[in-house]
Amino acid sequence: MPAQSIDIRYVAKLARIELTDEEIEIFGKQLGDLLGHVNALEKLDIASVPATAQVVESRNVTREDTPRPCLDRERVLAEAPQRQGGFFRVPRIIAE
Amino acid sequence: MPEERIKQSAAETANDVRSRRISAVEVAEETLAHVGAVEGRLGSYLTVLPDLARAHAMHVDQRVASGEDLPLAGVPLAVKDNMCLETTRTTCGSKILEHWIAPYTATAVARLLEAGAVPIGKTNCDEFAMGSSCENSALGVTRNPYDPDRVPGGSSGGSAAAVAAYEAAIGLGSDTGGSIREPGAFCNLVGFKPTYGRVSRYGLVAFASSLDQIGPLTRTVEDAALTYDAMAGYDAMDATSIARPVEPTAAALREDLRGLRIGIVREFDSKALGDDLDGIYRAAYGDLERLGAQLVEVSLPTADYGVPTYYLIAPAEASSNLARFDGVRYGLRVEAADVRTMYDKTRAAGFGPEVKRRILIGTHALSSGYYDAYYVRAQKARTLIAGDFDRAFARCDLIACPATSCPAFRFAAKSDPYSMYLMDYYTIPMSLAGLPALSVPCGWSTPEGGNFPMPIGLQLCAPLFAERLLLGAAHAYERATQHALARAPLLEGVQA
Repeated sequence: MPAQSIDIRYVAKLARIELTDEEIEIFGKQLGDLLGHVNALEKLDIASVPATAQVVESRNVTREDTPRPCLDRERVLAEAPQRQGGFFRVPRIIAE
Repeated sequence: MPEERIKQSAAETANDVRSRRISAVEVAEETLAHVGAVEGRLGSYLTVLPDLARAHAMHVDQRVASGEDLPLAGVPLAVKDNMCLETTRTTCGSKILEHWIAPYTATAVARLLEAGAVPIGKTNCDEFAMGSSCENSALGVTRNPYDPDRVPGGSSGGSAAAVAAYEAAIGLGSDTGGSIREPGAFCNLVGFKPTYGRVSRYGLVAFASSLDQIGPLTRTVEDAALTYDAMAGYDAMDATSIARPVEPTAAALREDLRGLRIGIVREFDSKALGDDLDGIYRAAYGDLERLGAQLVEVSLPTADYGVPTYYLIAPAEASSNLARFDGVRYGLRVEAADVRTMYDKTRAAGFGPEVKRRILIGTHALSSGYYDAYYVRAQKARTLIAGDFDRAFARCDLIACPATSCPAFRFAAKSDPYSMYLMDYYTIPMSLAGLPALSVPCGWSTPEGGNFPMPIGLQLCAPLFAERLLLGAAHAYERATQHALARAPLLEGVQA
């Protein structure tokens, strides 16, 4: 397994969470510690073991691609931080 | 005698309402009055819903009057605040959803309401169900009704405290690695996690989708069975719910354990827990034997890897599930000039430290270059752990083991994250294997330096889909031992 260090700044960027310097220090230490514990899994011989994503019987669930009732649009948009007409409004994504 | 009535089981209350000895409205009023009297000391609820409770209770009375036979008629229900109940706030104990109003109702909740239950309120929990004490809630503190200096357990700690303190007869919880069973053990309750996929997760805010399962916290096994029977079964709205008929469990409650082989796990030797707990668990296994069970030793050689396996899989799934909280469609938004900064600042302000830690570790475990080393390796370990249970259940019908390694602890006692993660040592392996499991009261132990004896839970675990056997056996044990009755919660006189 990889060394028990974690590039917190990089991971926080991937996770879209702004961290303070203090958080970077504390989380870096705590998560390094956790990785030290999970490295115990190295001791298991898993070369020929299949991975399990879900334990209980499961299958693909499909349905006809036909419209059916869903949540009321007004009700959903009522919970939006910002809306414009029938849309969620967000800050500009593409530069002018 | 309202004092006695709020202590009734769900089964007793439903019988009284069905036979019209009392109305659902009266039950609701008495329960709300009791909540008003004790809630300031406990903090079980994040939101109490008096108007909704009264409206539902009136409707139940009308349905009873029109001849409907409702299995949970008038039963006061506490819903963990990570499950949607239309028109009510559903916060997940998080600032990011503090003011979010659910636009629909979770299937499990809807089925209980259809069965006649009356929603009293939404209960506190660790933020997004990540924790074992409720201390990770961003919105409130919940105290253990058996000692207000101690935690109620978690993450379903609010539902546990509510039911233990008679603020409801049924508490709905969700269990990802032990979040029903551990607070059940800490609050002297039956805490039951059904087989993965038995209860629909539609309307349960997702934490780790391959593990999350809804279940009840109740004061009796019979109530757990009634609740399960009312809410289990296939739901087209949850693609992972199991399309398999549910056999009613309330009809399968046993009075003895004759003919059952119960496995005692070699690797879970209770000696490691100190003399007091060791004595309690040995006595519990002895009681199982006296009730007619044959005890057999079984081995779960990879169970020790449960915690590290879980703390890769659950955070990985959480990091993906919680990506939806970005300030765009619902919940908190911190405004910024560009969308990327808005994401970063919204999630920084909206999530608490434990949620951030789990998102970060999950993101790391799934990131390029680490995926095979962490996530895939954990999924393979999961296969081994599930295989251990398969082999054990070839030799026994049920497994009995501790629910927790200690009784409810004091606030701030587990400030190191990994020490809190270890609280789920005995419950995580069953979650990884998808198995049905429950905790049932098995004795009392006064912690070192503690002021009161605190409840201890015995965990019973069954093969996939063997809920009838599991609840049936737990009922026999409960009836024969009556540990839950040994001490009353501290609802008067004792201040924190």
